[in-house]
Amino acid sequence: MAGGEDLKLLGTRQSMFTQRVVWALKLKGIEYEFIEEDLVNKSSLLLTLNPVHKKVPVLVHGGKPIIESKIILEYIDETWKERPILPQHPHDRAYARFWAAFIDDKLMEASKKAFALTGDDQVKAIESTVEALQLLEKELHVKKNFGGDEEIGYLDIVAGWIAYWFQFIEEVGGFKVMESAKFPCLDSWTKSFLQVPTITQNLPPPDELRFVFGAIRTATCPK
Amino acid sequence: MERSDEKVKVVGTWSSQFVMRARIALNIKSVSYEFHQERLWEGKSELLLRSNPAQKKVPVLIHGGKPICESFNIVEYVDEVWSSAPSILPSDPKERATARFLAAYLDEKWFPSMRTVGYPQGEDARKAAIAQLEKGLVLLEEAFVNYSKGKSFFGGDQIGYLDIAFGSYLGWLRVAEKMSEIKLLSEAKTPRLLQWADSFSSHAAVKDVMPDTEKLADFGVRAKILKATATPKL
Repeated sequence: MAGGEDLKLLGTRQSMFTQRVVWALKLKGIEYEFIEEDLVNKSSLLLTLNPVHKKVPVLVHGGKPIIESKIILEYIDETWKERPILPQHPHDRAYARFWAAFIDDKLMEASKKAFALTGDDQVKAIESTVEALQLLEKELHVKKNFGGDEEIGYLDIVAGWIAYWFQFIEEVGGFKVMESAKFPCLDSWTKSFLQVPTITQNLPPPDELRFVFGAIRTATCPK
Repeated sequence: MERSDEKVKVVGTWSSQFVMRARIALNIKSVSYEFHQERLWEGKSELLLRSNPAQKKVPVLIHGGKPICESFNIVEYVDEVWSSAPSILPSDPKERATARFLAAYLDEKWFPSMRTVGYPQGEDARKAAIAQLEKGLVLLEEAFVNYSKGKSFFGGDQIGYLDIAFGSYLGWLRVAEKMSEIKLLSEAKTPRLLQWADSFSSHAAVKDVMPDTEKLADFGVRAKILKATATPKL
């Protein structure tokens, strides 16, 4: 099988970014060694491989590190050509990259604030989250998956946190915006996404996520 | 399927480093295009709002009527559609990953510090920003030595992705140096980058789109005043 001894992934099971890489590797049938990181006591391995950001995930191939989950996804697709995850046509690729960046910048920023803030600040952040979700809902209007294909691809993988992690962000953050009546396309996409075996077999248990998010909120929430 | 002979338009402004990237990429590939200059002080054009409704930002590349947004997306798109030499991205996947990483780092972590140096808000903020910029420049000097392999550009003999990513910031870098009276690129600390900055700026694909430092400095001041006096959205 492809990959093997010289392919390692440093990450954590709860991290939505780490799971993207896990999904991509498993969809392509690539073998790798998973090294679980302790983000409270970062290993010297992590600090050596990612001195700039000190974050997971880090893919290590032949001893060389590749960092940033979206960049790792592109690397994996370029290195192991079977079962492509990015679209073939340049325009479709540009489209996927644009919305991936939107999901990780606009939507993630707003969701993080809605999660961590309280009072009026939280209200504003919730509005921004809803706006971002509405734009995504509009894009999904005519598609089964974010890539428009029968099989999930790059943009579905990047959006994956919306299908699973988002509900716990809402729960622990104390807000609720994702309703099937308001976002029918996102709801339908979530249901299909969570039926893909590679995805369901590689999701952290709910209690672990509640615990981690609870700890983060306690640490970052303004008193 | 995209055809490389279909009409190309770029929606942008002369001052934006992001727009510059799109134009340099097209120039490298010798693709002719129509430039639609946004009139910044008059509000966003209908064309811009129509082509990029999600973000309402420049640059937008319109190819055969279809819009592509985000400067690095545009550069990758241009490289993929006009795939004959010269290539913009490196061919090795690991080098591509590193180039993409450094490019993202420049936009997300490095450039915000440049703004603080050029238009500072307090001495402590200025000092922290300079330290952040210098840290980034050390990374880039190292990357240059590794990638150029003794040649003039990050891309080797030709301008490549990292040249475009970093080179598009030279205008603002010179403004920051001028406003703060410090040398960010220097013979002592970044000798190779200093040399590269000249080669890049005078390259045929770059020289007509590199903004004049004085003009850019004035623009920066105007933009700052406009932002400070803008009526907040209700």
